[in-house]
Amino acid sequence: MRKLFIAVAMLAPLAALPAGKIGGKVSVLGVWGGAELETFNKMVKPFEDRTGVKVEFEATRDLDAVLTTRVSAGSPPDLAVLPSPGKMADLARQGKLVDLGGVLNMAALKKSYAQGWIDLGSVDGKLVGVFPKADLKGLVWYDPKSLKAAGLSDAPKSFDDLLAEANAAAAKGVTPFAIGIESGAASGWVGTDWLENIFLKTYGPAKYKEWYEGKLPWTSPEVKSVWQTWGKIVGNPKLCYGGSQYILSTNFGQAFIPLFDNPPKAYFHFQATFIQGFIGKQFPALKAGEDFAFFALPPVKPEYAKSAEIAGDLVGMFKKTPQSAAFLDYLTTAEAQAYWVKGGNGLSPNREVPLSDYPNALSKRAAQILTSAEMTVFDASDMMPGKMNTAFWAAVVNFVSDPDQLDDILRQLDTVRADAYGK
Amino acid sequence: MWERLVWGLVAVAGVPLVLSGYVFAVERALSPFAARRRNALRPWLWLVPGVVLLAGFLIYPVVHTLVLSLFNATSTRFAGLGNYVHIFTERSMLTVLRNNLLWLLIFPTVTVVLGLVLAVLTDRVRYQWAVKAAIFVPMAISLVAAGVIWKFMYQYQPPGQPQTGTVNSFLSTLVPGFQPRAWLFDRALNNPALIFVLVWMWVGFAMVILYAALKGIDEALLEAARLEGATEFQIFFKITLPLMMPTVTVVTTTLVINVLKVFDVVYVMTNGSLGTDVIANRMYKEMFNYNDFGRASAFATLLLLAIIPVMFMNIKRFGRGGRA
Repeated sequence: MRKLFIAVAMLAPLAALPAGKIGGKVSVLGVWGGAELETFNKMVKPFEDRTGVKVEFEATRDLDAVLTTRVSAGSPPDLAVLPSPGKMADLARQGKLVDLGGVLNMAALKKSYAQGWIDLGSVDGKLVGVFPKADLKGLVWYDPKSLKAAGLSDAPKSFDDLLAEANAAAAKGVTPFAIGIESGAASGWVGTDWLENIFLKTYGPAKYKEWYEGKLPWTSPEVKSVWQTWGKIVGNPKLCYGGSQYILSTNFGQAFIPLFDNPPKAYFHFQATFIQGFIGKQFPALKAGEDFAFFALPPVKPEYAKSAEIAGDLVGMFKKTPQSAAFLDYLTTAEAQAYWVKGGNGLSPNREVPLSDYPNALSKRAAQILTSAEMTVFDASDMMPGKMNTAFWAAVVNFVSDPDQLDDILRQLDTVRADAYGK
Repeated sequence: MWERLVWGLVAVAGVPLVLSGYVFAVERALSPFAARRRNALRPWLWLVPGVVLLAGFLIYPVVHTLVLSLFNATSTRFAGLGNYVHIFTERSMLTVLRNNLLWLLIFPTVTVVLGLVLAVLTDRVRYQWAVKAAIFVPMAISLVAAGVIWKFMYQYQPPGQPQTGTVNSFLSTLVPGFQPRAWLFDRALNNPALIFVLVWMWVGFAMVILYAALKGIDEALLEAARLEGATEFQIFFKITLPLMMPTVTVVTTTLVINVLKVFDVVYVMTNGSLGTDVIANRMYKEMFNYNDFGRASAFATLLLLAIIPVMFMNIKRFGRGGRA
């Protein structure tokens, strides 16, 4: 980075720009919208002021298709959020991604990122993707006051405890869960998070890996039991606000709203850390930690209590320009990542972001869970090949619509598995 | 910005300029020939730019797609008819084919009948311009926007809650005891709900064209029938409708071609979930999500094969009309 500035400084008389300014622009393709986009814009501002580089951001929820089209048309953006590590590997092997070893200061990066993050962004030993932000998945959000009023616990010991409590509440006419899985072309991904967390907390990380690597059939007793476990919640209209029709038609970004209705219509909402930003945007008056909080989904088997699922947005480089290099470098800095953290839009994989930057006790707790987890796995659906991932999303939608079709749904997933991993 | 404006101007002014330049060049080239020779050659030379463009932008891609459809996902291994076999045997693919058939049967029928009824009825009201405008306006909206609008219209809230979706809110106010439905997420309702959106978009088109045909019928003919004591129904079915038949056919074929290609509405509203996928959307997924050139091309070829007969009929009809 510093070298770059020197290079630019030498060119400065030619470009007639103030010292330290690069000018020009960088195009970025990503998924961030709503509250996340606001934070992104705030984060971009100081970078633009300092370097004179204009960041042209384009957002889409159909990232995979848009990126694939742009890449195969030969006009990729300079930088892009990559849909998944699987897709990143595909692109890297096709030679579309720039080896970041020659772009970023690797020594500095290794200091601020845990090796695990670097490994996740590497293909065949080359770093091709970096994480500007991370999320802790598998959290159950609630409103502490209403939870107390309803006599529900905020620290169930096991998944069965949570389920028993939810059923007891339902018997008294209280609806415990608010779920919504609609997300445009990616509808169903919320359900994959549920299933992944239940899987992880029932069978542990080793089996989990077999599963996303396609070695464990969907029709295996393990995978099937996970769907059945989730089915005890999502398939029971007494436990879920609005029943399956509401779950299917409600966008994930609004699914938490029933928790904060007066009186509350539901008490538990399952989502990753990023939802804090959505809650804050929807209800600016609510205070994190006081008006809403979370606990980690309790383990199904006690031996997997200290496991956690994480996910993150990977950013890759398609065109190396002074501008794209400068911006990518900025994205990995503690300075930039502090914006995500402060906005409640996620956690920072950069360990130099101090805990004091986390806006409240709540996000500090998430950051602590992230750093103290003994078994950390990455989002399984993101690790699967693109085709398997979309089939998984669709399967969730089908399952919620009709849980009795489970066997059929799993058989279908296995036919896709044979196809998707077959290369 | 400026760059784009300049290019826009170049396109607008440049294309006619180049083409008229070509016409002049043809005249120059033909000048040595005798007048009769010139007249025989001229049309062929005028056809050249069109044919070259057509070959480059239409015929070549079609042939290329056909070839790709016989290869595997990465176009590296010959797959024979494998992609087609997959489409006609795999279950989720069969759902896709079934849905296109459903759209094909319901959409043109409903749209034409509704358009016809509206054309005939609005003809008899005083404020017909207002009614017609209201029905025609959706035509001006892009399909994606229509999809988004109707996603809101179909919104669902659990029974007993204030209904934010217009359709549910309207029905629960009007029909006592009506239970709100998740129109797009109920397997029994989602396909009809999607088809209705396209009907809403196109019924104005059908109405306007059919109305023009209706007005083209000689009043004297209808007057004579009335004098002979024919009822209005008899007049409609025995005189008006048969005379409008050519127009009805043209409208129907236009609708058929459009419905075979249906994509936007499905992509925006359900993206094919819960048994609503259609050929074009599936083709998009195969291509851009799965990177499967073979299957995507096979779908494209099937779509083309389905549309060609309809196109052919339309062209033949136009030809007859021209001679008449």
